[in-house]
Amino acid sequence: MKFKNALSCATILAACMFGSASAADLTIGFSQIGSESGWRAAETTLTKQQAEKRGIDLKFADAQQKQENQIKALRSFIAQGVDAILIAPVVATGWDEVLTEAKDAEIPVILLDRTVDSKDDLYLTAVTSDLVHEGNVAGKWLVDTTAGKPCNVVELQGTTGSSPAIDRKKGFEEALKGHDNLKIVRSQTGDFTRTKGKEVMESFLKAEDGGKNICALYAHNDDMAVGAIQAIKEAGLKPGKDILVVSIDAVPDIFQAMAAGEANATVELTPNMAGPALDALDAFLKDGTKPAKWIQTESKLYTQADDPQKIYEEKKGLGY
Amino acid sequence: MIESALRFGHRLLPQLVALTIILLLIWLVFPGFFSMEIQNGRLYGSVIDILNRGAPVALLAVGMTVVIATKGIDLSVGAVMAICGAVAAASSVRGDPLIVTLLLAIGTGLVCGVWNGFLVSVLNIQPIIATLVLMVAGRGIAQLVTEGAILTFNDPGLIFIGSGAFAGLPMPVVIWLVFGIAVTLLVRRTALGMLIEAVGINRRASTLSGIQTPLLLMAAYMLSGLCAAIAGLIVTADIKGADANNAGLWLELDAILAVVVGGTSLLGGRFSIIASLAGAMIIQAVNTGILLSGFPPEFNLIIKAAIIVIILVIQSPRVQAGVTFLSRKSVR
Repeated sequence: MKFKNALSCATILAACMFGSASAADLTIGFSQIGSESGWRAAETTLTKQQAEKRGIDLKFADAQQKQENQIKALRSFIAQGVDAILIAPVVATGWDEVLTEAKDAEIPVILLDRTVDSKDDLYLTAVTSDLVHEGNVAGKWLVDTTAGKPCNVVELQGTTGSSPAIDRKKGFEEALKGHDNLKIVRSQTGDFTRTKGKEVMESFLKAEDGGKNICALYAHNDDMAVGAIQAIKEAGLKPGKDILVVSIDAVPDIFQAMAAGEANATVELTPNMAGPALDALDAFLKDGTKPAKWIQTESKLYTQADDPQKIYEEKKGLGY
Repeated sequence: MIESALRFGHRLLPQLVALTIILLLIWLVFPGFFSMEIQNGRLYGSVIDILNRGAPVALLAVGMTVVIATKGIDLSVGAVMAICGAVAAASSVRGDPLIVTLLLAIGTGLVCGVWNGFLVSVLNIQPIIATLVLMVAGRGIAQLVTEGAILTFNDPGLIFIGSGAFAGLPMPVVIWLVFGIAVTLLVRRTALGMLIEAVGINRRASTLSGIQTPLLLMAAYMLSGLCAAIAGLIVTADIKGADANNAGLWLELDAILAVVVGGTSLLGGRFSIIASLAGAMIIQAVNTGILLSGFPPEFNLIIKAAIIVIILVIQSPRVQAGVTFLSRKSVR
């Protein structure tokens, strides 16, 4: 219901803005992986909104986590003669053939959120975030906030071995380099989930003198931070004050925590990958400007000063 | 009386020894392990964490023990947890009173149990396949209920189940202790336990001797569903939200492991719920110990596997027979 309301709002919004949007009557195919996470659902919502805003006829195909469904969707888009294709590829390999078919049909393909192992002349551009940079932004915030004061940091890692866990850890450690006041004293995996985030934080608190030794928590995603915040509260400490909390993703619930003063900062992994993609496509179709092969989305930092309650209300309807 | 107590002690001995050794090992790498204090009117410490975090697997192990004793297995419990948690959260968000929310969640668990029981006892499908159906489909159902998002709620009554305290103990601990003892009494103070063992050892012979086998199997899977529903309520209440993707993920395997570590044979027959609960605590002690030890997360699974292998080897019939043989010799 919420979802439908948001969509109809978007439709009205789109109707108002239609006059100003310059895109011609384009038809674009969008092959989405599925809806395995709230973020993915929000990406779908925002892509549809962006298309409507620009008066684009978006053909949407949900692949339900299967590459063969995506390849089928791409072939059907090509057969329908769409003007361009957006795709969030579920895996990195096995795209050469279908991308060549799209190229032969002179249909530009833009990759969203993930990349592929094919030669880069087979697609127009890839719009993704930089995971290392996200960790870096979070680390910089902590460096600036602690301003040289000694601070023991505990880290909740993502699923062991996953690329977000590896890269977000790397970026954070890079930012901390040269600031000897900041020390990562404990680092464990919380599997990107609330339950594990809470459980692991409980053990961190016990292991570090009831939490008195901990001055900040860095979580690789917001869900683990939300779980950890509960553990901190149950241990009789104040999250956001006794223990600073910084995490990544910017899902709605972390803004609620920030509004309550229980979380301090989050770095946005924007679900609006379609915006920059469609901008690049517009320019390309208009006068053939070739975009760079990689468009990096902004990793925006949000803190308690950014009116978190308002952002929570805005994000709530996106299907997270 | 004393003799039966002794026999019971002997049955539990391997589990208790394993648990003690693990707790001592954790104490060695983390000296503050046994320290406990009262905070916010409840006990607070690492040992309490083990009891508290072990609650879902302990509850699942109760139902799983009974199902395994009938020579069955229930792979769907993790998914049923997710469904029941989702139903509870959806009901709470809608503004239902707490009692309705709880009844809905528990009813959902029982319905899932009836489904499994129907496939196994009426259609005679092999349990591992029959329950696989719901294991695969369950998370999808849960996602339909939560509409793909993490459904959060603020009902203090429901949250109390996950993070409240009763008599100084966290609520999940109270729930699994009371539930485990109640089911143990139910099966051991009546003929029920013996009937379950009989079905597990020889279903055909049991039926011929007049046991209502289909009914008993149905009841076993319903109990498993009930356990999963309570476990689902606990994990959902604990994080104040229903996470259809992750609630109870892989816990069916931990529950089966708890039963096996507890010494109940997967081939059915004799069982001990208390030993399975001890098995669940062993698994959780290993998990918590790894977290407290401060090893890098890459080692988590390796350490866990190594400890489990050691426990299983010690419990294996060959080693047990050897130990008995040696100890008899030395006594003489």
